[in-house]
Amino acid sequence: MKLAIASGKGGTGKTTIATNLALSLADTGIQVQLLDCDVEEPNCHIFLKPEIEKTGPVTVAIPEVVEEKCTGCGVCADVCEFKAIAVVKGKVLVFPELCHSCGACTLFCPEGAFREVPREIGVIEEGKAGGIGFIHGLLNIGELMSPAVIGAVKKAGGTPDVLIIDSPPGTSCPVIEAVKDADFVLLVTEPTPFGLNDLKLAVGMVRELGIPFAVGINRADVGNDEVKTYCGRERIEIVLEIPDDRRIAEAYSRGEMVVRALPEYGKTFEECWARIVDLHNHATQAGTSVGKTEAEG
Amino acid sequence: MDMKIAITATGPSLDDQVEPRFGRAPYYLFVDTETMEAEAVQNPNVAAGGGAGIQSAQLVSDRGANVVLTGNCGPNAFQVFGAAGIQIVVGVGGTVRQAVEQFKAGSLKPTDQANVASHHGMGGGMGMGGGRGMGGGRGMGRNRTS
Repeated sequence: MKLAIASGKGGTGKTTIATNLALSLADTGIQVQLLDCDVEEPNCHIFLKPEIEKTGPVTVAIPEVVEEKCTGCGVCADVCEFKAIAVVKGKVLVFPELCHSCGACTLFCPEGAFREVPREIGVIEEGKAGGIGFIHGLLNIGELMSPAVIGAVKKAGGTPDVLIIDSPPGTSCPVIEAVKDADFVLLVTEPTPFGLNDLKLAVGMVRELGIPFAVGINRADVGNDEVKTYCGRERIEIVLEIPDDRRIAEAYSRGEMVVRALPEYGKTFEECWARIVDLHNHATQAGTSVGKTEAEG
Repeated sequence: MDMKIAITATGPSLDDQVEPRFGRAPYYLFVDTETMEAEAVQNPNVAAGGGAGIQSAQLVSDRGANVVLTGNCGPNAFQVFGAAGIQIVVGVGGTVRQAVEQFKAGSLKPTDQANVASHHGMGGGMGMGGGRGMGGGRGMGRNRTS
């Protein structure tokens, strides 16, 4: 089972849930691997404190002009969807930071005047945190192509019993890259107007991707009831509610795992997992996505 | 010497204001310094997702400008101007007509470097990426600023 933990809004508790779920599953003897795919700000390692055993670069292919073949025709700049190439006075300028490595310039150049060269944009680190297999990616500062690093992290992942993906926040390309091939997505939110607004965006995203999903509410006893009302109306299951417990915040502030500092929460995560497994099985058997509205089928 | 100047402008006439942003300026006015004839070109890159500076610099270069007068210019556009041999003057304000007169009088000097960082002109709802920066308090959140 490949479970992605995602959220529209940042700071809702994805990492807290991803790491504590991973640890509570590992505690019950399940083989778990955690992939921290928030490569712009990975922070699972702060809590899991893995021993890194392997480090490797992540590169993307960028075009380089072979000057003697280039006629300055400008086809490359025309076909570049990402404005990463300009041709001025017959001279080709490549802007590597804007390049998405789509290869269109190389493909369409009538003179075959491009060669692709690797450019390092980040690293991935692999190791172990107790019984948990751990991989995360780090995008270099100033780089934009986080999906490439996320893709590399996921490629490095194995096939354990449970693979947990800690996704970046939002609903844009990096998030899609992180969650797209998940079997199930847990959308984390908080019971505030911001939380609800961004939850709706995230729900739209996972429905578009056709992945079964459920919602987890962090600091569930603050704010208002609108997230619950929304989930009820949309028939979205709430599989996890974590209260606004000051002791959790204190453990977090010390970089401690909730299920270690406050063992009574182990049950909360185990129950959450059981409900996710149920919903996933149900969705697989029904051949449809959990949480779809009636109108959508 | 007869020169073609490109000025970033808020509107299509010589009496419109100089637009401070280069890549996302609403208009480029191409002015012949001899005749003061002006041609206004609407900028197709105003709402571009990214690379507006590069595209706009290419546009200005393709139209044969020798000099660009604007408020701010980022590093990518600056690189294109360098390759194209176009001089760029930053920090220009007032109306387009005033800017051209100042340039003709020799009181505007070209810059040798970009004066703002990439994406400087992207504000007011045109930003990229989503949902960060509002991360929750209560000690459990994280504040994201990009």
